[in-house]
Amino acid sequence: MHDFEQIFRQYDWDAIKDKIYACTISDVKRVLAKNSRDLNDFLVLLSPAAAPFLEIMAAMSQQATQRRFGKTIQLYAPMYLSNECQNICTYCGFSMTNKIRRKTLSNAEILLEAMALKDMGIEHLLLVSGEANHTVGMDYFKNAIQILRPHFVNISMEVQPLSKEDYQELYLEGIYSVLVYQETYHREVYKQYHPKGKKSNFEFRLATADRIGQADIHKIGLGVLLGLEDWRVDSFFNALHIDYLQKTYWRTKYSVSFPRLRPAEGTVEPNFVMEDKDLLQLICAYRIWNEDLELSISTRESEKFRNHVIKLGATSMSAESKTNPGGYAVDKQSLEQFEISDERSMQTIRNVIKEAGYDPVMKDWENAYSLRF
Amino acid sequence: MTTLKIANKTFNSRLFLGTGKFGSYDEMTQAVIQSATELVTMALKRVDLGAPADGLLDALRIPGVGLLPNTSGARNAKEAVLAAQLAQDALQTNWVKVEIHPDPRYLLPDPIETLKATEELAKQGFVVLPYIHADPVLCKRLEDAGTAAVMPLGAPIGTNKGLRTLDFLKIIIEQSKVPVIVDAGIGAPSDAAKAMEIGADAVLVNTAIAVASDPVVMAEAFKEATISGRKAFESGLGSVADYAEASSPLTSFLFD
Repeated sequence: MHDFEQIFRQYDWDAIKDKIYACTISDVKRVLAKNSRDLNDFLVLLSPAAAPFLEIMAAMSQQATQRRFGKTIQLYAPMYLSNECQNICTYCGFSMTNKIRRKTLSNAEILLEAMALKDMGIEHLLLVSGEANHTVGMDYFKNAIQILRPHFVNISMEVQPLSKEDYQELYLEGIYSVLVYQETYHREVYKQYHPKGKKSNFEFRLATADRIGQADIHKIGLGVLLGLEDWRVDSFFNALHIDYLQKTYWRTKYSVSFPRLRPAEGTVEPNFVMEDKDLLQLICAYRIWNEDLELSISTRESEKFRNHVIKLGATSMSAESKTNPGGYAVDKQSLEQFEISDERSMQTIRNVIKEAGYDPVMKDWENAYSLRF
Repeated sequence: MTTLKIANKTFNSRLFLGTGKFGSYDEMTQAVIQSATELVTMALKRVDLGAPADGLLDALRIPGVGLLPNTSGARNAKEAVLAAQLAQDALQTNWVKVEIHPDPRYLLPDPIETLKATEELAKQGFVVLPYIHADPVLCKRLEDAGTAAVMPLGAPIGTNKGLRTLDFLKIIIEQSKVPVIVDAGIGAPSDAAKAMEIGADAVLVNTAIAVASDPVVMAEAFKEATISGRKAFESGLGSVADYAEASSPLTSFLFD
């Protein structure tokens, strides 16, 4: 059985860190001059040595993205199904020990939220929940998908890690992609941030993408929670993971998200600050390394950053997101998972994309490709 | 310049356009008009078939321009066949470009599933134009299966690398009984001209136009290159000799 951990174990966090910080300007020049780039080149592009080359990297990223994806940005929105959670994640608003009102959407509420999202023009939907296996488990998910399938062409999920068999079932229900972020690839630091609950099992989470790949799901979304550890080292490991997955599950698409730690109820300040220029360097590094990756930018980022990143490597964006269950129509006041930064409406974002000379795409999937025979 | 016939349709233009990757519908419409193309392909997955109006379809309703829905997104023959049927119901066309690329990285076509889908769709009366590798044997198998044309790639989609498969394209053109449309990889008007010069029946271009700084002018450049290349082919290109003709003939002594 394939398993990323066999590869992961061959790498040492501190050794990678040393390697990143030892990169020189001539390393960067050599990598930028190449026609195609491997993981070691990605490491160089992540390094502080590459920072002075950001303008060139941005131009290369723009060109590569246009060639592969055209002048288009796919739009989507999340639907938070539940904020119930049995995990303690010290940075998350839904963490079990936070005294917030817990809410799980009923069938009628799911439909109400769906209609509000349809009114915004949403066709690509991302379902999100906390981890509460008894109330928000597979039966709940399958029921929710059956309610939503007739209304959306493309449904993705960002929920707790599941078994391969569960993913196969979700695939049959018509799920297009599954997102599971490792949060951090630093084993010990991971344990500190996730002291309790099923999520405290680093290894089970690490093997999740393998299980999704084995279930034939069309797309796997990966990422690290930027701010938990050194983003450069964590991003190298995320790329190592993608590199392995692309070679193993070659029919699958891959996307990367860039959740930067934002203020949330009861959380600590990020340990490692990532500035806008760092995030842009990371986005460009991913694109220059790997032209096929979908790069997704959420409403965690500021208006200004989002306005510009449209042309610099992003391929998909959320807009007008609500990160609380019922946030669109049912219960607008409940507590958010994290505070969003760009609160502009879907229509405004569509106009911003158009003004940048890009086509805001609402629909890029067909139900015929999700029917099982 | 002769016309091109595919199934029951006659084309004056030998340039077909893809409609992805444009920055706006308006830009796309202008490029399509300027290219003088008579056939454009669009991904079924981008069209909202259930909606009373769809922006992409509306932008492509241009007099004299036919629609060729494609099955991009399908990973196997069954999905492609179903998509073609949906397109037929919604768009009232029995033309379909079969695109089956299970590999999302280079979007390389699956020859086995493509052959299966072509067989099935041809049986159902579709005019099938399959996107394939530049594989001469596969082209003959597709002919047997009833394909209306073949669409071999010049290079991987979106790479603008030109006719990297030139030697195989020449074999396909030499052997084919159905029109040969060079698809994918055509990065510059000179690539389109080259494809026409070697006798391709048409070319399909998308990325090189859509991603150009000025897609509308680039569309015109491709139009002209396609015409030039075809005219050169039809008027009989001088052959390129691999040997030199000595200015003082080596064998003239025989006749002294």
